[in-house]
Order: sequence, then C-alpha cells, then structure tokens
Amino acid sequence: MVDLKVNLAGLVLDNPIVPASGTFGYGEEFASLYDINILGSFSFKGTTAQERFGNPTPRIADCANGMLNSVGLQNPGVDYVCNTIMPKMKTYFNKPVVANIGGFSIEEYCECAKKVSECEQVGIVELNVSCPNVHGGGMGFGTDAKLVYNVTSAVKQNCKKPLFVKLTPNVTDIKSIAKACEDAGANGVTLINTMLGMRINLNTRKPILAMRAGGYSGKAVFPVAIRMINDVYNTIKLPIMGCGGVETAEDVIEMMLAGATAVQVGSANLINPFVCKEIIQDLPIVCKKYKIKKLSDIIGGVNG
Amino acid sequence: MQQILTILTNKPLTSSVYEMTLSGNTDKITGPGQFVNFKLLGLYLRRPLSICDYGKNYLKVIYKVVGKGTEQMSKMLPGEQLDVLLGLGNGYDLTVDTKKPILLGGGVGTPPMYNLCKKLKELGKSVTVILGFNTKEEVFYEEEFKQIVDKVIIKTADGSYGEKGFVTSDFSHEYDYVFTCGPEPMLKAVYNTTTTSGQYSFEERMGCGFGACMGCTCKTKYGNKRICKDGPVLVKEEIIW
Ligand SMILES: Cc1cc2nc3c(=O)[nH]c(=O)nc-3n(C[C@H](O)[C@H](O)[C@H](O)COP(=O)(O)OP(=O)(O)OC[C@H]3O[C@@H](n4cnc5c(N)ncnc54)[C@H](O)[C@@H]3O)c2cc1C
Ligand SMILES: Cc1cc2nc3c(=O)[nH]c(=O)nc-3n(C[C@H](O)[C@H](O)[C@H](O)COP(=O)(O)O)c2cc1C
Ligand code: FES
Repeated sequence: MVDLKVNLAGLVLDNPIVPASGTFGYGEEFASLYDINILGSFSFKGTTAQERFGNPTPRIADCANGMLNSVGLQNPGVDYVCNTIMPKMKTYFNKPVVANIGGFSIEEYCECAKKVSECEQVGIVELNVSCPNVHGGGMGFGTDAKLVYNVTSAVKQNCKKPLFVKLTPNVTDIKSIAKACEDAGANGVTLINTMLGMRINLNTRKPILAMRAGGYSGKAVFPVAIRMINDVYNTIKLPIMGCGGVETAEDVIEMMLAGATAVQVGSANLINPFVCKEIIQDLPIVCKKYKIKKLSDIIGGVNG
Repeated sequence: MQQILTILTNKPLTSSVYEMTLSGNTDKITGPGQFVNFKLLGLYLRRPLSICDYGKNYLKVIYKVVGKGTEQMSKMLPGEQLDVLLGLGNGYDLTVDTKKPILLGGGVGTPPMYNLCKKLKELGKSVTVILGFNTKEEVFYEEEFKQIVDKVIIKTADGSYGEKGFVTSDFSHEYDYVFTCGPEPMLKAVYNTTTTSGQYSFEERMGCGFGACMGCTCKTKYGNKRICKDGPVLVKEEIIW
C-alpha cells in the first residue's frame, strides 16, 4: 500500500490531487459524473465580494497544447456562495474545500476572506492576487512584492483559516513575491496562475478573445510551473500547492519532486472531465514504478 | 458522458460539408438540439457539433470544414475511433404547445433540425421546414427532409436554387411555433420576422461544453446562462435583442 496522504499547513489530504479554481465550478457538475469525495480537496471558482458577470465573449481560445481564457471572474458573489452554495456542497462533497477568492481592492479581499473563512467546510482560503488593483491604476496585485505583502497581511487578519496566496507567473522575480507572502504571514502559496497570452483570427485579423488577451494554461505551461515551484521551494519554508499543465500521475510526481505538497489540476478537467479520478487511480501504480512508498517523502526531492 | 465511438461512414455532402455517422453507446443523448464534443488528435480543446440524428448505438453529425479540427475530421476513415462527450446541453423542448411548428435552419445550423423534424413528426405535428443556404452548391439534405415531411422549402441567397432570398424572406407561412438554428444574424432576423414564441439555438466558443468553466456565458432576461449547459437552446422570451 502506497501512502498518498499529504499535510497541507495542518490540513491532511487523502491524496495531493486538488482541481484548480475556475476549472471545477463549485464541484456540482463533476459530482454528477463521479464521486468527488475521492479528491484530496478542490478549489472552487474565484469568488468576489460582489456578483460578477465577467468579460464579454469570446472568452476562450484554443492554442497548441493549451488554451486562453478571459472569463473575468464570473461568480455569484460571496454572500450567495456562503448562504446558498456552501450548504448544498455538503450534500455532494464531505471534505474541507479550498475557497479561492478574488478582489479589486484590499477591502474587497478582506470582506471576502472574512465571509468564506467563516464557512465551516472551508479548509483553506486561497487568495488570487492576479486581479488588477483598481486603486493602483489597475496594476495586478501579484506583480509587486510590496502590494502582495500589503494585501496578504491585511487578509490574514480577517481570515480564520489557513491562507494560501496564489501567485501569478507574469513576474520577473517569483522568489521575491513568495518571500513577501511568507513575511506577511501566509500559511502557504499556490502557483502558478495563468500566463498572459493572445491569439489572432487570420480571417478577420482581430484578436480571438473579446478582451484581446487572456490567461494561457494547460499542458504547455507545465515546465514553467515546475521551474517556478522549485524556485519558490528553495526560497521559502511554506507548503506549496503546485499548479500548471498537470495531466497525469507522472506529472504529479514531477511537481512534488519540484517542491509541491499538493498538486492542482486545472484545464485538463475541461478536456477530460474524469482526469482527476484517473490520476488518483494511477498514482499508486506510478508510485510503485518509481519505488515511492510514502508520497510525502518526495516533496522537494529533486536532486541538484 | 464520455464514450469512444467508431466511425461508420464519413462522406462529403458538398465541397466543404461532411456527414459522419458513428456507432457506440449513445444512451446519454436525451433529445434533438443537444450537441457532442469531439476530442481530436493534437488539438487541445474539444470541438462541439450539433447532433443531426441519433438512435440506439448511433450518432450522426454534419460539419463544415472551417479549420484544423474539422479538416482532420474530414480525413478520417470508417473504423477509426473518436473520444466524444455526449448528450451536452438542454436541447429543444418538445413538450411545448404547438400543432404547426415551423423549422428554420441556416447553413450548418440545418443539422439539428433533422432529428427535431423526425421527433415532431412522430408527435403528430404538422411541420414546415425552411432551409437557407448561400448558393446551390451549398444545399444539402433537401431529400432527407422531404422523406419526413412534405413542406420543405429551400432558399438560396443568390437564387441559384429553390426560392431566392433568406429563410425569413416573403414570410407568409402558417405556423404557431418556431424552432431555429443558424448563424446569429439569421437568428436575429427570425426573431424579428416571426410573431410567435420559439426556441433558438446559439453558438459560443467553448472551454468545456459541460458547464464547468464559465467560458460561454451570455446574459438573458432570465439571468446569466451558460450556452453549453443552460443552452444552447434559449426561448424567444428570454433573449435580449
Ligand atoms: C453548440 C454548438 C454546435 C455546433 N454545431 C455545429 C454543426 O452541427 N456543424 C458545424 O459545421 N459546426 C457546428 N458548430 C461550430 C463548430 O463547433 C466549429 O465550426 C468547429 O469547432 C471549428 O473547429 P476547427 O478546429 O475546424 O476550426 P478552428 O477555427 O481551427 O477552431 C479553433 C477554435 O475555435 C472554436 N470555434 C471555431 N468556430 C466556432 C464556432 N462557430 N462556434 C464555436 N466554436 C468555434 C473551435 O471549437 C476551436 O476551439 C457548433 C458550435 C457549437 C458551439
Ligand atoms: C477557464 C479558467 C478559469 C480560471 N479561473 C480562475 C479563478 O477564478 N481563480 C484562480 O485563482 N485561477 C483561475 N484559473 C487558473 C487555474 O486555476 C490555474 O491556475 C491555471 O489554469 C494553470 O493550471 P492548468 O494549466 O492546470 O490549467 C482559471 C483557469 C481557467 C482555464
Ligand atoms: S464551455 Fe465551459 S461552461 Fe460552457
């Protein structure tokens, strides 16, 4: 028997597999396909203080080995999530969930964190700092170490659950950003969010996305994620939820060797809705192949 | 929802439109107007196509070659297998009160009209079908529809075949309900020309096709809807135009 358990800032997961925010809704669509209680946990759709329609369509573009999205944080708002979705979630998911939150000002982030962290089923709050800061001229919170520090320490004071900061890869020095999270009192970090990208329709010569550019994700970003996770693992002591391009049990092991304690699976869920179930089934077999008895032993175990 | 289907036939209907039939478990399909989502080799996102016809262990789609995915499909041979997500979307609601429905299909919006037409006929409705194409070379499925119902009118924009004009031109037909699928300008014309209630099938760029990614949302009078899950069929009363 291979031991798949991992300890994520005090929360013990049966296995490291966590569907990533924005690719798993609030779990309901997948719960109708398979018993999602087999998952380690899942990160729900980025939720904001107010309800959001999101961006105009087209919001999706196909790419080689990946996709662009500019959904724009469409969500029903934190009150609806806490009062209506969370009570229902109990009926199809019986484990602690990761509450992903977005915001456009520090106040909004704090309000959202306060409310979701009061929900019993929320095990971890995941702060998506890839949103533009409306008070800072629209610059992304996550691209500036000082801003990341400010938002993280403010949210931490309003958050009753372990706080993970989800980092954007669209920065020159991921280490300084991760360090700012650690200094501000975060309990962990998730990385990576999507990379900025753009596609053009050759017939119309217009961008495919209505918003012109969007976030690139999927298989192609895997090596970028591995490098950044390893950089961060070598810089801070906090646990890492790795994310980016994961599709197989082998990918999970590689990401854990780079330094991830848990592994999020994003876009792959959209192409193969059963991918997380298949990875969880494959994990013990692949562990055996690589002579792993206890999965948590390999975290950060890359040689050199 | 996910099935491996085997290609039975794959043949051109016009110079750019193909008809593909497949066999395998199709139990998840609940009705006409639903769609399926094909995984193709070397392409990341799946490609959504309307269900043209289906039965036990049987599926038919009609597709126009417009890019890499549909191009790849057009070269596939009988016996080859495809990974398909089945039974996606709400489909047309056949329980509505209608005796004389009119079906309006434009271009590759015609395929979903086929099984719909069959089902309405089985329900004893008096069905009128109007299919619109740009030109004679693009016309397909006239005979197939005529084998189900008598009233089939073909329109071509350039008048090279059938009646000249759009599906909504010289609109003096007798009908008490509308079912339609086609490019958005056509749907809009149908919306403005017809006087009864009806069901309209929409397209949007999709990430997943089963409601998980919020990639395909549109605003309606009844709130935000995901075209892939709460659609693709919307009722006239909820459409914001
Ligand atoms: C619900 C639904 C039903 C459809 N039914 C049919 C049908 O029965 N017959 C048919 O010929 N076509 C249909 N389409 C359009 C069909 O999905 C596209 O033509 C096809 O995806 C093009 O793929 P490609 O790789 O050849 O083109 P590319 O242009 O290379 O595709 C690139 C990306 O854009 C997407 N895309 C391109 N055109 C469209 C479009 N019009 N709508 C949505 N996504 C698009 C593709 O899925 C892919 O992700 C339907 C679309 C939807 C949403
Ligand atoms: C359609 C879509 C929506 C997303 N929405 C969110 C979101 O709301 N909040 C967030 O933190 N990340 C969001 N992400 C980013 C993913 O959670 C993940 O970080 C990224 O896609 C990289 O992982 P992947 O390559 O496995 O998809 C979204 C990604 C996609 C594809
Ligand atoms: S395409 Fe993903 S929700 Fe509609």
